[in-house]
Amino acid sequence: MATSEHGTVQFRPASDNSLLIYFDQHISLAAHQQVAKLLRLLELQPISGIANLHPAYCSVLVKFDALKLRHDDLETRLRPYLDRLNEGSLPEPRHREIPVCYGGEYGPDLAEVSDTHSLSAQQAIDLHVSATYIVYFLGFVPGFAYLGGLPDALVTPRLPRPRRRVPPGSVGIAGHQSGVYPFATPGGWRLIGRTPLAMFRPNRPAMSFLSIGDRVRFTPISPERFAALENA
Amino acid sequence: MKEIRVQGPGLFTTVQDLGREGFGPLGVSPSGSADPIALRLGNRLVGNPENAAALEMTLLGGAFLFPEGAILALSGSDFGATLDHVPVDPWTSFEARPGQTLHLGPTRSGARGYLCVQGGIAVKLFLGSASTHTLSGLGGFEGRPLRKGDVLSIAGASQPYRRRTVARRILSCLSPRKILRCTPGPQSEWFPESSQRLFYNSTYLAAEESNRMGLRLEGPSVPVSSAGHMITEGVSLGAVQVPGGGSPIILFIEQQTTGGYPKIANVISADLPGVGQLRPRHEIRFEGVSFEVARSLLRVQEELLASQELIQE
Repeated sequence: MATSEHGTVQFRPASDNSLLIYFDQHISLAAHQQVAKLLRLLELQPISGIANLHPAYCSVLVKFDALKLRHDDLETRLRPYLDRLNEGSLPEPRHREIPVCYGGEYGPDLAEVSDTHSLSAQQAIDLHVSATYIVYFLGFVPGFAYLGGLPDALVTPRLPRPRRRVPPGSVGIAGHQSGVYPFATPGGWRLIGRTPLAMFRPNRPAMSFLSIGDRVRFTPISPERFAALENA
Repeated sequence: MKEIRVQGPGLFTTVQDLGREGFGPLGVSPSGSADPIALRLGNRLVGNPENAAALEMTLLGGAFLFPEGAILALSGSDFGATLDHVPVDPWTSFEARPGQTLHLGPTRSGARGYLCVQGGIAVKLFLGSASTHTLSGLGGFEGRPLRKGDVLSIAGASQPYRRRTVARRILSCLSPRKILRCTPGPQSEWFPESSQRLFYNSTYLAAEESNRMGLRLEGPSVPVSSAGHMITEGVSLGAVQVPGGGSPIILFIEQQTTGGYPKIANVISADLPGVGQLRPRHEIRFEGVSFEVARSLLRVQEELLASQELIQE
């Protein structure tokens, strides 16, 4: 089935029960806001037959009940939502702070990252904490926030061979992104530090420490402070 | 509450129901049973709702003691079960008397078998589901596969035993297929004609390191033509993604919710339960179908599952 369009928005079937909605073909704040607005609108006024939503940088994957809807039915129902996206505004973003112990055993790739960019470790840390990041979306595993806004001077490709196990709380960078691993998972991002904060806690009402649209800053802490916060 | 005592955990036994759909915005994939048809039928045999929590066993069953007895059914792959050394039939409900032990061995057919118990297995729900999400350690029994010595609780009041069995003729129509049918993936066009031909004409093997997150395939690699600039996007269950090396991976029920590799195809919904029965070294072939065909195959499957003659008393 071919791609269809609605204004600047593109629809593309991903499977027999899912449809991808693309707002743009590259990462931009405008596309991100469209994603966040569509998510909000579909939460407030759900479309019957939609089973799940997978937001990403500039797209949303909509999973639906294939016994009730076809791709084109869903497109028809989504069009009025897309037309109304610019009517509402998003809530003021929340500001979240994440304490990080950088380098050493906490961030085993910090030395290599700073060498790559001819920086001292301290300069690399200063750069990482200097930026305000935006949570573009949560994806991959529960509570993993894709953070945009990494300073250009720190942009580093993924590891050629992903680690089989990344310790929970690890702070990584990859390309123009940064992120925190909530769980011990495989991972290919370069690890520069670690936070003692639990990023995803099922017994907390909000579960995920970060939500789509949050503004995030990292603050450096000592190993002693890390230990104190971890046991708090 | 009645109990199940785990005397032998098997290889990888987890508590599963039909999963938690709807939490993609949190990065939480549905998880749930790898072969939902087997779980649904097993639950119906013991008089449960289709979504009740059961034990999903992988490749090797375990040993389970029922101190107060229980009404049980085995579905999915045949693990050669015996109840106090007397063989029991799969796809048929049976009663364990107090103190009896069910022993299950290595699989004689596919990858996964289900032990369904009347009332279902009682665990604390996570986001409305009893399913274990092993990667994140959430849901199920303490978020992990069972260990020897674990004690599970059986939910619900007991009803009298009724022998129920699945009609073999309909069951054979619902059993896993050798060839997985696929619709095009969202990046199908990134793969040149030669890659597409290779993908649909080759036989792949399920690699040893396959699990509930994904099945790695061994076989011809399918290169992408343009080194297109892929932006991380939402991925669907059954997506066949092709990382840089060109070896395809089928994303499965404990999948990541987003990913950055191009997808050449997507296994159709009707054939996904069969993916849950693929064992390491099993042969896999793909066949392309249209979205329309995929939808009608799903409808036919659901009609079979709704058929009056399916469960016989």
